[in-house]
Amino acid sequence: MHTNSLYQEVILDHNRKPRNYGKLDHASHQAVGHNPLCGDHLDITLQLEHDQINSIAFQGESCAICKASASMMTAAVKGKSRLNAEILIHEFRELATGKLDLNHPHHLGRLTVFSGIRDLPTRVKCAILPWHTLHAALNSIASTSTETNNDSAQAVSSNF
Amino acid sequence: MNPANASLKSEISSDFDWEKIRADFPILNLKIDGKPLVYLDNAASSQMPQPVIDRLVRYQTTQHANINRAVHYLSEVATMEYHNARCTLQQFINAREDREIIFTSGTTDAINLVMHGYGRKFIKAGDEIILTTLEHHSNIVPWQMLANEKGAKIRVVPINDKGELEIDAYEKLFNERTKFVGLIHVSNALGTINPIKRMIDFAHQHGVPVLIDGAQAAPHITIDVQALDCDFYTFSAHKLCGPTGIGILYGKAALLEAMQPFKGGGDMITSVTFEETIYNTIPHKFEAGTPPIAAAVGFGAAVDYLTAIGIEHIAAYESTLLDYATECFNEIPGVKIIGTAAEKTAVISFAIDGIHPHDIGTILNQDGIAVRTGHHCAQPVMQRFNVPATSRASFAFYNKKTEVDALVAGIRTVQKVFL
Repeated sequence: MHTNSLYQEVILDHNRKPRNYGKLDHASHQAVGHNPLCGDHLDITLQLEHDQINSIAFQGESCAICKASASMMTAAVKGKSRLNAEILIHEFRELATGKLDLNHPHHLGRLTVFSGIRDLPTRVKCAILPWHTLHAALNSIASTSTETNNDSAQAVSSNF
Repeated sequence: MNPANASLKSEISSDFDWEKIRADFPILNLKIDGKPLVYLDNAASSQMPQPVIDRLVRYQTTQHANINRAVHYLSEVATMEYHNARCTLQQFINAREDREIIFTSGTTDAINLVMHGYGRKFIKAGDEIILTTLEHHSNIVPWQMLANEKGAKIRVVPINDKGELEIDAYEKLFNERTKFVGLIHVSNALGTINPIKRMIDFAHQHGVPVLIDGAQAAPHITIDVQALDCDFYTFSAHKLCGPTGIGILYGKAALLEAMQPFKGGGDMITSVTFEETIYNTIPHKFEAGTPPIAAAVGFGAAVDYLTAIGIEHIAAYESTLLDYATECFNEIPGVKIIGTAAEKTAVISFAIDGIHPHDIGTILNQDGIAVRTGHHCAQPVMQRFNVPATSRASFAFYNKKTEVDALVAGIRTVQKVFL
């Protein structure tokens, strides 16, 4: 594994200038994600209308991999339906854990820059945390963690 | 010393040819992604030299059986080797008696033993336990569990901006409710060496026993538990070039005898009926079940290996590495050393402006450099310096200056990637 191929310009660029960074004032859904292994955390706020993500924002303390993943994720899911967002969440998790066959059709586009993370097991959680948190937000789970296997286990509704 | 250890000792160079000593560690020849391994995570776990590996193989191939039980040859040999390891550890820390050495699974296990055996028996509601900001989670969490159970209170010694304990504040914490002190000898996160002798003496003036977490000290500082007069001292083998899964608790015999057992089972009893169990004498009272015999033998061999070099020579050499690394780090713009105590072991915890420790660790790994990144199981230290995590390079006597250079070059690479 050549780590250089992970820290590619697109990832470094999203780390330097994260898109959709901040917090929505009038979010319909939100969740906070924690990675207890490193103390990183981020929160995601989004506005869902007619089952479509109209706007989304994230903020938090994290490494470059996590921040770039969050930035690219928000850009990718903005304007998408809840179902299509969930499909992306699923595909990204499969990509990061090395289970996705990139030769088969998928919807990840430039997000495949994260494919190298599968060779760095200790960093997989950094890349997945934003997606994990988005899934929690879409399912009205207020708080989630990379150490939670079943998201509903810690379910606390924050639907407002 | 048994003949096996004597022959081991004769195999070991003691002429301070550090390159030759380095050659004892086969793992240091590894290449990571084509780059030579630069192992700077010794505070997490040190590597094992060939004589210790050989000792484990010899035990396992010619000496193994269960101990303290059967009358057959192998059981007697294994029992003797296990006992010899205990005596090696007794001499290593200058304990008065071998029965004051309890084998545990490691430092964490030893602290939990004292919490259960001493704390649950003698600490009462309203009592106070003094800990310090520098403690590893393993010397915080057990005492919190006890405090919650008993209604006791934890008092915390603060640190200054250099990462040194504020001794005046420590002394002011004492009152008639103070019943126990838990104190880390050397901070794993920062490398600070604490003035434990003075702190133990002060606690004793108030009749308060002191437990010293020596996990980070024993590999670098000569320990004399009689001179220190500490009540408990503990450390793990795997930070001393020995195997994982074993460590010791030293305790003053009278205290160990007064304590209640921690784990119940075989070996820790004299007689058992369904009505009553008579506990065995120390150290057996605290060693329920079949112990990690091979690991204990390996622990003894590791101590013999280090003793042959001499802890004081190791400390002197490592301090040259620390001085060199500190000098190099101070010349890199944007890099800040966290923990600048006057008395330090060879540990450099650092932060790079705008770059997360995990990204630092991953990019250094690309050059074969192993450092630890994270909170180092010392979140109160991180909170004190207002950082979520740091990167930490920790040196051992088998490291060399060229590895410091490799680390510095690696840090410049990290900065270039994030420019």
